[in-house]
Amino acid sequence: MAKLEKPEELIKIDHTPPKKDWMDTPAEFKEGMYCWGAKGKDLKILDFPNARDWSPKEEDWKLPENWKDTILEAMADRLSKYRSFRLFMDICVRCGACADKCHFFIGGGDPKNMPVLRAELMRSVYRKYHTTGGKIFGKTAGARELTLDVLKEWWYYFYQCTECRRCSVFCPYGIDTAEITMMGREFMNLLGLNTGWISGPVANCYMKGNHLGLEPHAIMNSIEGMIDDIETITGIRVNPSFNRKGAEILFVTPSGDLFADPGTFTCMGYLMLFHELGIDYTWSTYASEGGNFGFFTSNETAKRLNSKIYAEAKRLGVKWIIGGECGHMWRVLSQYMDTWNGPADFLEVPKSPITGTVFDNAKSMKMVHVTEFTADLIKNGKLKLDPRRNDNLKVTYHDSCNTARGMGLLEEPRYIINNVCNHFYEMPDNTIREQTFCCGSGTGLNASENMELRMRGGLPRANAVKHVRDQHGVNMLANICAIDRATLSASMDYWVPGVKVTGVHELVANALIMKGEKERETDLRGEPLPGKEGKE
Amino acid sequence: MPMMDFQGKQIEVDDDGYIINLDDWTKELAVHLAGMDGITLSESHWEVINFLRDYYKQYQIAPMIKILVKEIGKAMGPEKGNTKYLYELYPGGPAKQACKYAGLPKPTGCV
Repeated sequence: MAKLEKPEELIKIDHTPPKKDWMDTPAEFKEGMYCWGAKGKDLKILDFPNARDWSPKEEDWKLPENWKDTILEAMADRLSKYRSFRLFMDICVRCGACADKCHFFIGGGDPKNMPVLRAELMRSVYRKYHTTGGKIFGKTAGARELTLDVLKEWWYYFYQCTECRRCSVFCPYGIDTAEITMMGREFMNLLGLNTGWISGPVANCYMKGNHLGLEPHAIMNSIEGMIDDIETITGIRVNPSFNRKGAEILFVTPSGDLFADPGTFTCMGYLMLFHELGIDYTWSTYASEGGNFGFFTSNETAKRLNSKIYAEAKRLGVKWIIGGECGHMWRVLSQYMDTWNGPADFLEVPKSPITGTVFDNAKSMKMVHVTEFTADLIKNGKLKLDPRRNDNLKVTYHDSCNTARGMGLLEEPRYIINNVCNHFYEMPDNTIREQTFCCGSGTGLNASENMELRMRGGLPRANAVKHVRDQHGVNMLANICAIDRATLSASMDYWVPGVKVTGVHELVANALIMKGEKERETDLRGEPLPGKEGKE
Repeated sequence: MPMMDFQGKQIEVDDDGYIINLDDWTKELAVHLAGMDGITLSESHWEVINFLRDYYKQYQIAPMIKILVKEIGKAMGPEKGNTKYLYELYPGGPAKQACKYAGLPKPTGCV
């Protein structure tokens, strides 16, 4: 594995473009900037084409003989199927507004990571085969043949985009560059050019219901461990149910919350909150993944993996669904689920059993984000909170790309944090809300072999965190995404040591005064609460 | 897939040197893998490796560090049930390094 340079070396970024035209500058594969190839066994589980072990490091990618036809046919098919795709291929005027908005370009300096040029990698091929100008004038008209080198260039750069859509915010035409990356990955999926990090978890989702491959007894064992910890901290033994028919609410969260710190503390937060409210809810060991890793391969796979959420809601006979803190899960839920696998007319419009609030925004989808649910509880004065328990924390909030730009969830997490913490500081305006910077490792790029890419992509976010750390002493970065909780932990350790990462419901549970609880000595992590430091 | 030559046998490993087929694992292989990182496996190392293998048999996944710490503490005493102790044994991280020697697949996902 390539050794990651020290931050003071990596920060020396060269933004000088190469002397030659971009078409004459072949992609140079640098270790640390890409993920390993997929394993044949995982591709086989998913019925993905061209299932075989392969490595991007090798010259021979073991492609099928007719690979070029496969891609060109798929391109023609998707152009006729998705008007958005054709539009995005046609309308860019190369104004450059997006050029310096990408975290990978800012942190890496490679011009092919300017969103305009990354998209041009595909547009050039589109022009060659689908526009008169391109067919006749070729390179002069910005068109080029699809060759093996072009394919390899696609692979390298479409796996250097996290589909975060920050560039789209600045595009005067509203071109969604993420959709171009998604299309690029979908085409390459047809040749079996998946990465190991993505296809392994997708195969797990398909076989076992969640990307980590947790079987039902592993899920329950993990939650039992959390129940023990909650009892140690609060003196209260929470008693969640699993796969319970007839419950009012089904709860679905990303499986990272079940099996990885600091997500497990967020998970303890859900358990404590729902117990305190006494709501009639159930976990599922079947719909045991909120995240949709199929979204990083193809539309069809994403749809297939998504179907289990409604299927489980129907089987259990619940009335509606609460979803946990996850990023891309919510882009998929709020923008695709209803049309893919709906209408969920067997469910009811979500209504909080505690406040009576009807979530009209989820009228069709029937699924409510847990921060919407909790913000409503606080707004209606239903929670007893002691924010002083979080007084050792100076908190800032990272908007996850997908909840911010994919569903416009901006206020609820902030409202909650402001009610459960006394010290909250925003990062600079152009790095939050709709303009939030990506964690740098979304869309299946949080592997360990591409650490240079991840740290480069994570730099703009980390830089904004560093700003509030230096200005206000911020020591905790809150977010509502399981990928963030894993990836930001790594990028904070690298770029802004001393800043820890948390989910919002961990902060809620620390502040939550539960009926009959003992005097708490520690927070959910077992660290002494403010004022209790001497008692350990 | 890369291959590793061990005692005259070709063993399939992934790009990071984790063995692919769990059945290829032997105690001798664990000693060999650790040796490649300059580590001599002591009794304390074996306690962790054996726990990992038992856990994997039961749950089909490597445990998260929190569980590892808790369970090792329960079984071996509180002086061993802490992250510092485990990192001293496995400087490359108990999750990654110890799993490798124990023949378990590398945990992949939001971890």
